[in-house]
Amino acid sequence: MFGRVRAVLRAGTLLRSVVLVVVAGLVLLFLTDSLSAYRDLQLADGAYYFCVLAGLTVLAGASGQISLGHGAFMAVGAYTAAKLSAAGWALTPELAAAAVVTLIVGIPVGVAASRLRGPYLAGATLAFAVGLPALADKFPSAFGGENGLAINPPTPPPSLGPTFPLERWQAWIACIGALVVVFVLYNVVHSGVGRSMRAVRDDEIAASLSGLRVGRWQTLAFVLSATAAGLGGGLLAVVSGTVAPGAFPLQLSLTLLAGVVIGGLGSLVGAVWGAALLVLLPNWTTDVANSFSLSSNVSHNLPIAVYGLVLIVAMLAWPSGIQGGVRAIARAGWAGSAKLRPERRQA
Amino acid sequence: MTKFIDLTLNGISTGAIYAAVALALVLIWRSTRIVNFAQGAMLMFTTFIASAVLNGGGSYVLAFVVALAAGLALGGVIERVVVRPVENAPPLNAVILTLGLYTLLVAIAGMIWGNTPRSFPAAFSLRGYRVGGTNLLFTPNDTFTVLVVIAVAVALALLFRRTSLGLRMRASAFAPEVARLLGVRVGRMLTLGWALAAMTGALAGVLVAPSVFLGPNSFDPILIIGFVAAVLGGLDSPPGAVIGGVVLGLALSYVSGYEGSALVPLAALVILVVVLMVRPTGLFAATRERRV
Amino acid sequence: MLTIEELTTDYGPIRAVDGVSLKVPEGSVTAVLGANGAGKTTLLRTICGLVRPTSGRVKVEGEDITRWAVEEIVRFGVAHVPEGRGVIAELTVQENLRLGGLWRGREAMPIREIFDLFPRLEERSGQPASRLSGGERQMLSIGRALMGRPRALLLDEPSLGLAPVLVAQIMSMVRRLADTLGLAVLLVEQNARSALSIANHGVVLNLGQVVVEQEPSKLVADERLLHAYLGF
Ligand SMILES: Nc1ncnc2c1ncn2[C@@H]1O[C@H](COP(=O)(O)OP(=O)(O)OP(=O)(O)O)[C@@H](O)[C@H]1O
Ligand SMILES: [Mg+2]
Repeated sequence: MFGRVRAVLRAGTLLRSVVLVVVAGLVLLFLTDSLSAYRDLQLADGAYYFCVLAGLTVLAGASGQISLGHGAFMAVGAYTAAKLSAAGWALTPELAAAAVVTLIVGIPVGVAASRLRGPYLAGATLAFAVGLPALADKFPSAFGGENGLAINPPTPPPSLGPTFPLERWQAWIACIGALVVVFVLYNVVHSGVGRSMRAVRDDEIAASLSGLRVGRWQTLAFVLSATAAGLGGGLLAVVSGTVAPGAFPLQLSLTLLAGVVIGGLGSLVGAVWGAALLVLLPNWTTDVANSFSLSSNVSHNLPIAVYGLVLIVAMLAWPSGIQGGVRAIARAGWAGSAKLRPERRQA
Repeated sequence: MTKFIDLTLNGISTGAIYAAVALALVLIWRSTRIVNFAQGAMLMFTTFIASAVLNGGGSYVLAFVVALAAGLALGGVIERVVVRPVENAPPLNAVILTLGLYTLLVAIAGMIWGNTPRSFPAAFSLRGYRVGGTNLLFTPNDTFTVLVVIAVAVALALLFRRTSLGLRMRASAFAPEVARLLGVRVGRMLTLGWALAAMTGALAGVLVAPSVFLGPNSFDPILIIGFVAAVLGGLDSPPGAVIGGVVLGLALSYVSGYEGSALVPLAALVILVVVLMVRPTGLFAATRERRV
Repeated sequence: MLTIEELTTDYGPIRAVDGVSLKVPEGSVTAVLGANGAGKTTLLRTICGLVRPTSGRVKVEGEDITRWAVEEIVRFGVAHVPEGRGVIAELTVQENLRLGGLWRGREAMPIREIFDLFPRLEERSGQPASRLSGGERQMLSIGRALMGRPRALLLDEPSLGLAPVLVAQIMSMVRRLADTLGLAVLLVEQNARSALSIANHGVVLNLGQVVVEQEPSKLVADERLLHAYLGF
């Protein structure tokens, strides 16, 4: 009896996620059709940011951890994709490998992270974000040193016609990656696994008393989010055409943090908003800087200043803490967001 | 062998700087249970101010003093204005807030002074001492660095151990509510704690700037390394921070000398993880860490 | 000296202190009795500013101190010895004591006098307070509060966890302090007999309200009443 109810519920989640992905995919398909090449590229940027933010959001929302090391996971994915592309791999296996390699790197980091709390976790992941990209300098022959690696742009399949723009093809690739992430994370979050993770987040002690292996769920959430970041990094490599350590500075991880905080830490819809912010903000601030004829120093740094302000203001306005915020959002968001999501994605 | 001696000497002088950064982090952790991830940006900012003084024709001594004073003011203002509201919030709020501060300060510095790193002068000669016909990798400026850091560490120790102000500050850090019940104006003590910490950080900034150049992001590794040094020393113990700084300075100097400087941040990460996994209370902490 | 008028304190929906009025004259001891959760601690914490009242007033020598900051109330001469002996374990005995007098500057009580009062503390003066026994900690808390020469002393269950002999010692000490220094003492206790033996006034608190206000000698004799509100 119970088994059947559960099976139906599961099928419900699976079905909903399939519908969600298909609807979102169709919307994106029509969207890319009407966008300029430049906008297509922005959409591609947004899609790979979304992968990372969605992972981070599930990490924060499901296990209450934050990571400042996901910029480094993006680097892992990006370098994997670049190396394999140079070795002649096709696009799909190359991106799959980017995710898998990051998953493997994520396991020891996740195990370590599950044993750390608060500022210790933040400091350790921060050190990871700074330490890992330095490897590219240590082994210049393998990773191209400061200049990094170039990666051949993907060619649109001939079946799409000879005039199909490269940018739109890149947008498609990145969006398909993002939809895969949505599909996987949505199902995890709405499964028993997600429930266990949330139980751990809400009260570690109670969760461990009721027999949940706290560390294991946190590790799982961490590895999952690292994998999403690795795929995001692989997509970044494919979209931008080069991979260099300069693309993964400490600032990237902090920018991602700002994106997650803006998105409200915990909902996949929030990750869409966060990704949109990360892509559009530099444009807006450049426009603002131009219209006030500010110097280039100012306009370059304006988006960063906004990220900083976002983080500060969010914390001052949110004294109950992220946990409380997550729970409030979770209550309001998880339930209603399922049917809202396709429409919102358009916005 | 001479290489080993050189690396050791070099490790001591960089270790002194790490010790100052670690000390800055520990002072704040003790008083407010916050790891100040903005520290690296704060000391970057005060060093830029010192650089501006130098460019304006001021002497090195003036620039040095201005940097310390700016650190004092910056730390105090930041505590009062933005940190105070999150002091009693969950620890993650403070983490994100200080990271936001870091980001904001980096951006503001970039707006004012640009993102291209510039050079910053050293107080004394950067030519190594000559011993028995070879130049050591230890310069008069390194001597200055080590002596200044020792002087500040001793001054802080005296302040905390020997003065009634220090007693009030320690009481505020250990038991804020009890301290208030004894008439201690705890808020002021916390502000002062942040101010002193930021001043110590500012000192580190001026001392390290000649070797890393001065740019908005130049001090990111220093912050990470300072954090590792502080954790190594137990995060709660100022003497531990100093020892942690020197130990880490030596370790990273050897790594850099024998394996290349690119591995330094990674080595710091490895040390951090090992310490956190094996002995989270730090290697030198005498008292048990109060985990929050 | 210490006057409390219609003081009411809420923790969200919970009313912990409900319209309490009290007067503690100079040189006298007022004992506040009540079962667990009666609101005794909350009453003291409200008086010294650690908790803000919903309504009502606290006056010291006619001055309304209700909304003052804790530090300022303490500096006005109201010393609070918190429940569970709030010694600062990381500081030495001597440092704990000094801290209590710092705000008074040069007019602080000389440590000598505290040591005369509690010779045990002198033997331990250089040790961290974490090494003290329960009774020694209580002595340290009281001695530390006296360092600032307060006018009013708020004591929260000083007998908690102490042997009867020590309780008796501490109680007679409190009486002596009220007499010799002219302190106004507000003594919160569950140990009704000991507290009443030295008190000038007795007050029983139940669910945040004053239910009985009486001569200590009559209170102590009223078995039925003590049984009803204090459970013995
Ligand atoms: N911080 C708080 N938040 C919410 N409710 C509280 C808080 N502190 C106390 N209370 C409630 O207020 C009421 C009075 O508590 P209080 O500590 O004043 O009692 P008490 O008389 O000192 O008890 P005891 O003899 O056990 O120390 C109790 O119902 C208690 O649960
Ligand atoms: Mg009580």
